[in-house]
Amino acid sequence: MSVLLMADITVFVLSVLVGFEVISKVPATLHTPLMSGANAIHGIVFVGVMLLAATAASVLGYVVVFVAAAFAAMNVTGGYVVTDRMLTMFRTGRQVRS
Amino acid sequence: MSGFDTTVHLIYLACATCFVLGLHLMNTPRTARRGNQVSAAGMAVAVLVTVVVLIDDGRIAAGAVIALAAGAATGGVAGLITARRVRMTAMPQLVSLFNAVGGGAAALIALGDAMAHSADLATLPPQTTITTVLDLIIGAVTLSGSLVASGKLAGLIPGRPLVVPGGRWIALLLTLVSAGLAGLYLTHHGGAGVLGGVAAAALAVGVLLTLPIGGADMPVVISLLNACTGTAVAMAGFILDSGPLIIAGALVGAAGAILTQLMATAMNRSIGAILAGGYGTGDEAVAIPGGTAGAAVREISAEDAALQLAYAHRVVVVPGYGLAAAQAQHEVVALARALKERGVDVSYGIHPVAGRMPGHMNVLLAEADAPYEQLRDLDEINPEFPGTDIVLVVGANDVTNPAARRPGNPVSGMPILDVDKARSVIVIKRSLGHGYAGIDNELYTLPGTSMLFADAKKGLGALLAGLREYAS
Repeated sequence: MSVLLMADITVFVLSVLVGFEVISKVPATLHTPLMSGANAIHGIVFVGVMLLAATAASVLGYVVVFVAAAFAAMNVTGGYVVTDRMLTMFRTGRQVRS
Repeated sequence: MSGFDTTVHLIYLACATCFVLGLHLMNTPRTARRGNQVSAAGMAVAVLVTVVVLIDDGRIAAGAVIALAAGAATGGVAGLITARRVRMTAMPQLVSLFNAVGGGAAALIALGDAMAHSADLATLPPQTTITTVLDLIIGAVTLSGSLVASGKLAGLIPGRPLVVPGGRWIALLLTLVSAGLAGLYLTHHGGAGVLGGVAAAALAVGVLLTLPIGGADMPVVISLLNACTGTAVAMAGFILDSGPLIIAGALVGAAGAILTQLMATAMNRSIGAILAGGYGTGDEAVAIPGGTAGAAVREISAEDAALQLAYAHRVVVVPGYGLAAAQAQHEVVALARALKERGVDVSYGIHPVAGRMPGHMNVLLAEADAPYEQLRDLDEINPEFPGTDIVLVVGANDVTNPAARRPGNPVSGMPILDVDKARSVIVIKRSLGHGYAGIDNELYTLPGTSMLFADAKKGLGALLAGLREYAS
């Protein structure tokens, strides 16, 4: 097992723990935007698709890159935009109170 | 490591920090929007840095650049349009759809990477091949499973559990086929073609697993699938040896896992039982031992109910699925505002699973401008019911059933809103039909309860009209 892999696994496990720690503090009120926001974060898969594109070298490979890029771009842009829309409403609610 | 590599690495690390910080800022409504913006900024920087890396690398083929750009434009525009247009009540299916495409992209990375390495497949280390298989299976199951879940939530596929004859066995068989093919790939007896077979089998498994799950269990299923996508993305990170993917994937995996657990607890269901499916057929009555089945219910007219509300001191509104389904969030907030203007103390008691995804009801009420401090969760509101004059239950059922405090029935042990402890209860509901647990709600036959049989939207409208007419 390489040093690189060990480092990757360490990062993975620690990130899971950080995730548990951070998410368990979010109140139930915000669970829908939280899930939507987390959903947008896994849109990082778009970076993965870009790295994949660097190795694609056949027509079939290009097709895979195209579909994957479309999927990932939809995930990342849609996810952030819709989360922002939801959270704007929460902010309006706060202003009504004050 | 060259200076360029170090810089790139550090910037990626900063992006990952933005994701953690963004999630952290989501712990209060005041900072949540900034949190999402911090997270989005991190994402934008990560994408830009990757562009620089690809240009510096210079190996990318022109065809791949075109495919990438065209795909990004298509998906980006589609995502933007749907995100702008979606109605807040349709949020669960949209989140599920975005989750599906994320899982699909992760699965395609596994497939594409295997295709790119088809010449030197035998030399790939186990950490690449194993994560390829895991990424492909989890990603493909998530893609088809989330699409089915999204279809069910949108009403394109019937929300009731659809039981395919022998579906469990077919799913098991397909899982074995998928595992067998994965074994061939892992032992270098097949390439991308074999992986295509794995993906096809996994897609079918995703459909077969989600179809039998009833609409009421969807909040749990969406959370679980979200966790799956996170894991698939982390696996893609292992394949590509990309730190940001591993970190972001792990964060989302953890988020999904926690929400899944919270939802399952709030619904009094084990995750295993939910996945087994078949729950929530909802039509047949189940006799509860010690229950009050057959007792008479008291009906009330909208005018009388409005009058009672107008002269109450303290009113708690309990909104449920029926309110979300009827899109009556604006009506309920208008009624609450009118009561407030008369000096009635109004708040909302919100059960964690009210609506169709975790926290969905809060979003709907926020959309209708309900003041944030009036929204109370289960633990906050329960001690206040004894001092409440009237509880107005709008389209909520199982979460108010006092039978949950007794053992031996389908809702036993489920955390409920103790609305029966208030002085009186008015329930707006279309009929005496059952909730997803399929049992009679004992609340409806209590002496202090009156029923206003109406669709949530019409019932609330009638109450508001009555309030204005009689009590102005």
